[in-house]
Amino acid sequence: MTNKAFNATRSEKLFDLFNYILMALIVVLTLYPFLNVLAISLNNSTDTVRGGIYIWPRQFTLENYKTIFQYDGLLQGLQISILRTLVGTVLGLICGSMLAFTLSRVEFRARKFISTFLALTMYFSGGMVPVFILMRDLHLLGSFWVYIFPGLISAFNVFVIRSFMDGLPYALQESAKLDGANDFTIYWKIILPLCKPVLATIALFLAVGQWNAWFDTYLYNGGAPQWTTLQYELMKILQSTQQGGSSMANSNDMAKQMAQISPESIKMAITITVTLPILMVYPFLQKYFVGGMTLGAVKS
Amino acid sequence: MESSTETASNAGATIPESNRGRLRKVRGPKRGRGEKGLWDSVKQQKYLYFMSIPFVIWVFVFSYLPLWGWTMAFQNYKPAKSFSDQKWVGLNNFIELFQDERFYLVLRNTLAMSLMGIVFGFVVPIFFAILLNELRGMLFKRFVQTISYLPHFVSWVVVAGLVTKMLSIDGGIVNDLLIALHIVDEPIQFMAKGSWFWYIVTASDIWKETGWNTIIYLAAITGIDQEQYEASRVDGASRWRQMWHITLPGIRSTIAVLFIMAIGHLVSNGFEKQFLLGNSLVTDYSEVLDLYALNYGINLGRFSYGTAIGIFNSLVSILLLFTANGIFKKLTKESIM
Repeated sequence: MTNKAFNATRSEKLFDLFNYILMALIVVLTLYPFLNVLAISLNNSTDTVRGGIYIWPRQFTLENYKTIFQYDGLLQGLQISILRTLVGTVLGLICGSMLAFTLSRVEFRARKFISTFLALTMYFSGGMVPVFILMRDLHLLGSFWVYIFPGLISAFNVFVIRSFMDGLPYALQESAKLDGANDFTIYWKIILPLCKPVLATIALFLAVGQWNAWFDTYLYNGGAPQWTTLQYELMKILQSTQQGGSSMANSNDMAKQMAQISPESIKMAITITVTLPILMVYPFLQKYFVGGMTLGAVKS
Repeated sequence: MESSTETASNAGATIPESNRGRLRKVRGPKRGRGEKGLWDSVKQQKYLYFMSIPFVIWVFVFSYLPLWGWTMAFQNYKPAKSFSDQKWVGLNNFIELFQDERFYLVLRNTLAMSLMGIVFGFVVPIFFAILLNELRGMLFKRFVQTISYLPHFVSWVVVAGLVTKMLSIDGGIVNDLLIALHIVDEPIQFMAKGSWFWYIVTASDIWKETGWNTIIYLAAITGIDQEQYEASRVDGASRWRQMWHITLPGIRSTIAVLFIMAIGHLVSNGFEKQFLLGNSLVTDYSEVLDLYALNYGINLGRFSYGTAIGIFNSLVSILLLFTANGIFKKLTKESIM
């Protein structure tokens, strides 16, 4: 890989050419659907029906976006989505890192037990029906907290954070202890600030998970319109207009209303609205999550 | 060959493992203090207990308690009654499940889509990682990588919307291309044909996750000893031969571990895509075990029956995991469990 001149035979060049073309093709294949949807969302909706919009709007307009934000359901969904993303990410980070901190302390007596107890959860799950019954018994159906509580601790995340903490110099904790700091202070004041890279990774995972979730809304809060999320509203709109329609989507009035009067452009405008926040953050966090994934894979 | 496998398996683990080893040595003497007596150590570590016990309870409630719900499968569960008042029915729910014709259709769909998902979803990222590794322009390589991760971060709702749009009969690029190239005269109604459904799900999955799944392989490739490439080049090995004889064996253990993990998830590989991409015209091909459990267990309120489906699902997963691990052990004398 280092000395190019050494090995630039014809077949090598051919291979390189082929490889570059293939990679460029993959990029196009990945990006095209997004660009197409963006173009349609920015195009006049009556004009869109004529077809032939690919990656550039023919009659540029922001009208579609104006229209979708006039629906109360959508604005409310946006608020709940933002709220659950913020609350879920912050609480998930604090709880996960706190547990990870105790597990990174080798002298902690219960460490082995808790690690095993936690690791086991990666291999089994009670299944959809028992979990549903549990949520019902905990009176979490039809509430905001059903988005937050079940996902508060994830074994994978805890182990990724712990691996990172294991790599920090122990002398830091030692000297803080001599200065009279208790374990909580060490965690909060010393360890947490040093964990920024791994916390950024986990924050991205948690935030994306919260933002993209729709099934918990469908399952637990389908009958609670005040807690519906943006993702769920989009799901209903897309499902209710699909060919044949899905019998399972118990769409309420808003979705039906939007489906009837919403041309392609409006659906695409919602799709972009749902996608945009993620597209704006993930490239900046890339260097962190690549490291985090590798760390997690090695450990688990 | 031998050394290359070793390098790869060590490469990933080197950094954290060695760190931990070092830390243990440093922390070693401290341990003695904690072994005075249980009560003393609990008192001494009270903050650590305060900081972990709430979460242990948490995990118990949300992950372990639902296992108790498995008892429902052996009852005729009535939501209004308490546990002691439930009627026990033995294996009746399972017998009913195995007598339902629909169940076998659903099982077929689950296994078909899972197998296709494993074969392609597993092979494609490996090839993508190897080819990506061969790119010489670092800037272009980074660009391709960044773009390839993108779909992973988008929800299945959005992906299903995009796929439906791309395959639609009016304005979908796939039909437009097929017509422009004179491959078909009439646009194909992809989403309305059951026979297409498995392929659409598999292709969508590849589109969404390939980039993301390459991360681990790329990390493993980085760990391969560069001298091997140098040496093979001196011996006149072509790039193809290098990929085949150095890169691929170099990530062999990573591949094996990920493969077995994938087998473990064979049956429980989700239902989101089937739920979102499916419609009433293709249910005979789109319904999978989890959707079946959702429809019967929750939407129709047959909790016991739904739980029985869930248990069947878990047992098959475990069986497959052990089988795969056993085969792997026989072949390579290694084990992941």
